[in-house]
Amino acid sequence: MKEAKIITRDLTLHYGQKMALNSINIQIPEKEVTAFIGPSGCGKSTFLRCLNRMNDLIPSVKIKGEIVIDGLNIYQKKIDVVNLRKKIGMVFQKSNPFAKSIFENIAYGPRINGHNNMHKLKEIVETSLKNAAIWDEVKDRLHDSALGLSGGQQQRLCIARTLAVEPEIILMDEPASALDPISTGKIEELIFELKKKYTIVIVTHNMQQAARVSDYTAFFYLGELIEHGKTRKIFTTPDIKQTEEYITGRFG
Amino acid sequence: MNSDQAKPAYIFTAESLRKKFRFSEFFAEKLITSVAFLSIAVIILIFFFVFRESLPAFKHRLKATTEESRASAGNKPENYGSSEPATSEKKPETYKGEEKGTTEKKPETYTGAEPTAAKKPETYTGAEPTAANKPETYGAVKDTSVSADEVNPDESLRPSEKAENQGSLISLFGIEWFPVSENPRYGLIPLFIGTFKVTMIAILFAAPISILAALFSSSFAPPWLREWIKPAIELLAGFPSVVIGFFALMVMATFLQNMFGYVTRLNSFVGGIAMALASIPVIFTITEDALTAIPATYKEASLALGASKWQTAVFVTLPAATPGIFAAVLLGVGRVFGETMIALMATGNAALSGLNPFESVRTLAATIGAEMAEVVFGDMHYGILFLIGSLLFIFNFSINAIAEFYIKGKLVRKIQGR
Repeated sequence: MKEAKIITRDLTLHYGQKMALNSINIQIPEKEVTAFIGPSGCGKSTFLRCLNRMNDLIPSVKIKGEIVIDGLNIYQKKIDVVNLRKKIGMVFQKSNPFAKSIFENIAYGPRINGHNNMHKLKEIVETSLKNAAIWDEVKDRLHDSALGLSGGQQQRLCIARTLAVEPEIILMDEPASALDPISTGKIEELIFELKKKYTIVIVTHNMQQAARVSDYTAFFYLGELIEHGKTRKIFTTPDIKQTEEYITGRFG
Repeated sequence: MNSDQAKPAYIFTAESLRKKFRFSEFFAEKLITSVAFLSIAVIILIFFFVFRESLPAFKHRLKATTEESRASAGNKPENYGSSEPATSEKKPETYKGEEKGTTEKKPETYTGAEPTAAKKPETYTGAEPTAANKPETYGAVKDTSVSADEVNPDESLRPSEKAENQGSLISLFGIEWFPVSENPRYGLIPLFIGTFKVTMIAILFAAPISILAALFSSSFAPPWLREWIKPAIELLAGFPSVVIGFFALMVMATFLQNMFGYVTRLNSFVGGIAMALASIPVIFTITEDALTAIPATYKEASLALGASKWQTAVFVTLPAATPGIFAAVLLGVGRVFGETMIALMATGNAALSGLNPFESVRTLAATIGAEMAEVVFGDMHYGILFLIGSLLFIFNFSINAIAEFYIKGKLVRKIQGR
């Protein structure tokens, strides 16, 4: 295993009274793709949202334990969430481009980080779109509304938007669940490219997708981390029976 | 349906699938449709009524010209622009109490001594601009103390004719609103200027305040606070405008005068701020709804990119809600534009056409409110007031139409990309 980028220690999360995550301990390696699998409601998305503290937005959430990224506990009081999120990008399940032009969508992140030089912005937009493998499709209509793109294009636009802020970690919450197989294929190819530069954590319901794109897989069930290891091992010879049952489709 | 229940539902027969006439649904549908069209029809009818009532203003003008031709053809018993007997033709409803005091004038006499008396029952003015009887022309710019037989072309006309001429359509574009002067002038320009001044001031105050308040309530306030703010501000919407007007008249006017030290106590500034109070709840509520309606995914996307709450609110939420905010501001404009009571109480009601915000103004709506109860049914002034009513209607309608069809689409395209 490569060096661990993210380490969680006894991470426990409550929604009000209900426990959603029960002392999760996991090490997520750098510049690899880690997939979270598990049935709906098992806490994998919740866990993902803990990693960039998006759960802070929900008032009833209480979190105990630590998440250490590069040796720094991101839940200590001194951490500025805004700067944290610049380093940890997130792509959501439903593509959510802003109601702005394609260009403005990508330029938004750099702009709020203080890049106002139009020349530089254009450069960033182009690189990001190229890295997200969507440049050729949109280069002629950068100033059209992003809402006019197809679902798959919108999702890749959202990935490009995330890349534009130059994060180190990209969290993907079922990025292809609403897309057709061709768009899904493109996203997966993209993930394959991106892992050279970024640490990627992806939540997916699609077993084949997890097997295809990820290097490591973590299986969650009822708020607990059941098993975590190399994808090949999890999918061929899992240690725990539950994992095997889930992967072979006997439940979940 | 009852007949089908006996049979299994999966049997596809011509009988079970035949089109049915559902009377109650049909009736309800037609009823709802007719109500919708009825409300449109009522609005149109109101407009036509108002507009029809304003027609006398046009008719008077026509009559005046025909009389002029008739008079010039026949004998003209009264001298041009002199102050003698001709004045006795005056009708009792001349609003000038002082006139009764003047000896040669007998407003009550309906004697047909002068042929003109019979001819022009509709002239309620016709007083000569002599020095004796014009204390009530409030600060007329025209120097009426000049003796009448001077060769001012205007003055040299027959008094009644002159009145009619002044009240003609051209004078609608004048800058003097003296409807009850002996020499009435119905210039709508000062009323329009007054209305726009007050509206501008009110919106300049109300729009930023209410949009920022809505932004706070929707994006920054904790949930418990939001549950308090919104109803509290909406409560203000139910405030009778007469109460706001009274508050402006008694408290705000003095306070603002002390603060800014202007001369006129009641002016468009005071009125504008009072009307801002009335329109804040309207703008706030609709803006708040528009902002809350922005999907949470937008905000999440922005926050996940490392934007602060503030940046998210200003650069994502606010632009996405622009159409709604625009509609809210226009509704606010409509509220201020048609606001009568506050205008009556707090703006000073002097039809001045300067641009100084600390001058008294008279708004269109306040003019109707103040004068409608005192005009003679069917005369020129009456017609003009209804004309103002139609103008208010047309203006509000066109603001909304412009917003709906033009600016909204263009703004949205500009902000959200083409």
